[in-house]
Amino acid sequence: MAAVGPNTRGGEAPPVRRRRFRPGDLVFRGSSGVVAVGLLVLLALIVWNLSANGSRAFSRFGFGFITGREWNALTNHFGALPYIFGTLVTSTIAIALAVPISVGLALLVNEIQVGWVRNPLTVLVDLLAAIPSVVYGLWGLFIMAPIFDKHVEPFLYRTVGKIPGLGVLFHVPVVTSTVVVAGVRHTQVVPQTAGGDLFTAGVILAIMVLPIVTAVTREVIAVVPRDLREAALGLGATRYEAIRMSVLPYARSGIVGAVMLGLGRALGETIAVALLVGNDASIHASLLKAGYTIPAIIANNFREASNVGLERSALLALAVLLMGIALILAALSRLLVRRTAGLIERKDASEAGSAPALQVSG
Amino acid sequence: MIAAGAMARPLSRTRVSAVRRAKNRAFTAALWACGFLAVLPLVFIAAYVIARGVTALNLSFFTQTPQPPGLPGGGIEQSFIGTGIIVGMATLLSVPIGILTAVYLSEYGRGRLAATVRFVAEVLLSTPSIVAGAFIWSLVVVTLGHFSAIAGSLALTVLMWPIIARATEEILRLVPQEVREGGLALGLPRWKVILRLVVPTAGAGIFTAVMLAVARGLGETAPILLTALGNDFVNTNPGQPTDAVTLRIYNYAQSAFPGLHTIAWGGAITLLAAVLLLSITARVLSSRQQSRVG
Repeated sequence: MAAVGPNTRGGEAPPVRRRRFRPGDLVFRGSSGVVAVGLLVLLALIVWNLSANGSRAFSRFGFGFITGREWNALTNHFGALPYIFGTLVTSTIAIALAVPISVGLALLVNEIQVGWVRNPLTVLVDLLAAIPSVVYGLWGLFIMAPIFDKHVEPFLYRTVGKIPGLGVLFHVPVVTSTVVVAGVRHTQVVPQTAGGDLFTAGVILAIMVLPIVTAVTREVIAVVPRDLREAALGLGATRYEAIRMSVLPYARSGIVGAVMLGLGRALGETIAVALLVGNDASIHASLLKAGYTIPAIIANNFREASNVGLERSALLALAVLLMGIALILAALSRLLVRRTAGLIERKDASEAGSAPALQVSG
Repeated sequence: MIAAGAMARPLSRTRVSAVRRAKNRAFTAALWACGFLAVLPLVFIAAYVIARGVTALNLSFFTQTPQPPGLPGGGIEQSFIGTGIIVGMATLLSVPIGILTAVYLSEYGRGRLAATVRFVAEVLLSTPSIVAGAFIWSLVVVTLGHFSAIAGSLALTVLMWPIIARATEEILRLVPQEVREGGLALGLPRWKVILRLVVPTAGAGIFTAVMLAVARGLGETAPILLTALGNDFVNTNPGQPTDAVTLRIYNYAQSAFPGLHTIAWGGAITLLAAVLLLSITARVLSSRQQSRVG
């Protein structure tokens, strides 16, 4: 990114004498401008179309659309609370798991001299972003979920689940069976953890947002001026102290930006979650029970809704909700990352804020 | 940085207290653990997809349509053809408009409008794929009354356009200013300078951007599900419901028949191979390009 030329900025446009009229220039410039503005039109069209079609559900149920718990095409009653709940819970799990690992990884790659490991590490994590979500879903459904059902979730139930308060998050119904072995009665308590649940979906989401959060965090850490670290190290700080005192404080708001971008991705993820979350529209404290998310209900119900006006409207209302949140998060994230860069290199704030699009596009 | 590290090391040997040194060690170990944890999923996913997927691959997998569940044999030919049609049309649509957008941003755009377009392109990168699907479903499918490959490629275009635009803009900015000045000094009109000099100079980089966008399109399920719906038979009419590899995997993953699960894994291994091949090639090309420019 250092090689960005001053081609269009800084008032140093190529010194051209007043030229004769060139229709080719006018056409080319005009068409590229029209197409570029088309991108703005696209955004406007998405928001307008979704909200115009979703407004029926909004106006019919009002605030009850957000707070209602019943989604029933037969009675034509649509409340989205369980889906909103499931979306928020799975995304929160994803962020809680992915962010520490992402930040750690970004620090490892950017701050510690890791030698030859550096390149394979960054490439492998970036490749995670390339894996299609349906492959995550397939793998999660047949490989990860059974392991979670048999080992991870019973373990969580027996350990964290016993802690008062916090334990509510890992409660599941249990089946108690009594076996008589050699005249001695053994009571077995088997937690019912089979099937999709919020926790498994959250974990797969964590893997999926890991590359994007890492990429943005690395971008932010990379712009922290080198002299800050060197000053800290020169004063005798250990690597850990240098990172804690001079790198992280500068990168903090940018890392928040990375978290927001990751959150936006997690909220909108559809297929992997639809395969793993259990698709049960209920609200409960336990993470080990099934849930449902906004993208999943859209993907599962659009067929019937193609002909039914009110449910179609309700689904599109959910889509506009999702788009709104994703847009706000993405915009805030960009501004925060840009601000971090701007704090450091004030003179070139707008330039430094532009992301390495190759990485972020994943 | 290396020099500073080298200077700090001997100091830390002699002066740093045991507690601080232990903290530093623990921190470094934690970072390595993060690195290990982050790489683990890719290894596991790739290993399982390969192990389960290869058994599904044979000639009929690529050349036949599905058998009724329970019967042996059959393939998902229609899915490969469908994916080709949908992603192909989406690429044909999004490449020209993506590059034109990038040309505007890098070569012409100034001031507030360009800044807005750039910002919107960045924000659109975060469009949830299901929203792209729902948008085209509502705009095209519901309006026309039927699902189609065209609708599928429009939904993918919504996602691919900003990707190509932003990535290509970055590449165009790497083209040295001298290329433009040289062309203009020879009296070429600006549009010719851009089309004949700037864009070809950035050619490999633009190709990379397109490959990444195509990889993204190949892997999408939700937007195609809502727009192209799927089809059990080969369909080459872009106005009709069309299958895709991702859709097939999604549907078969939910099926009760183990035979269909195997086919889903077969679809996954071909899809993963294609997507990873595109991403890795793009990465190699772009790093080569960067080392040439820098």
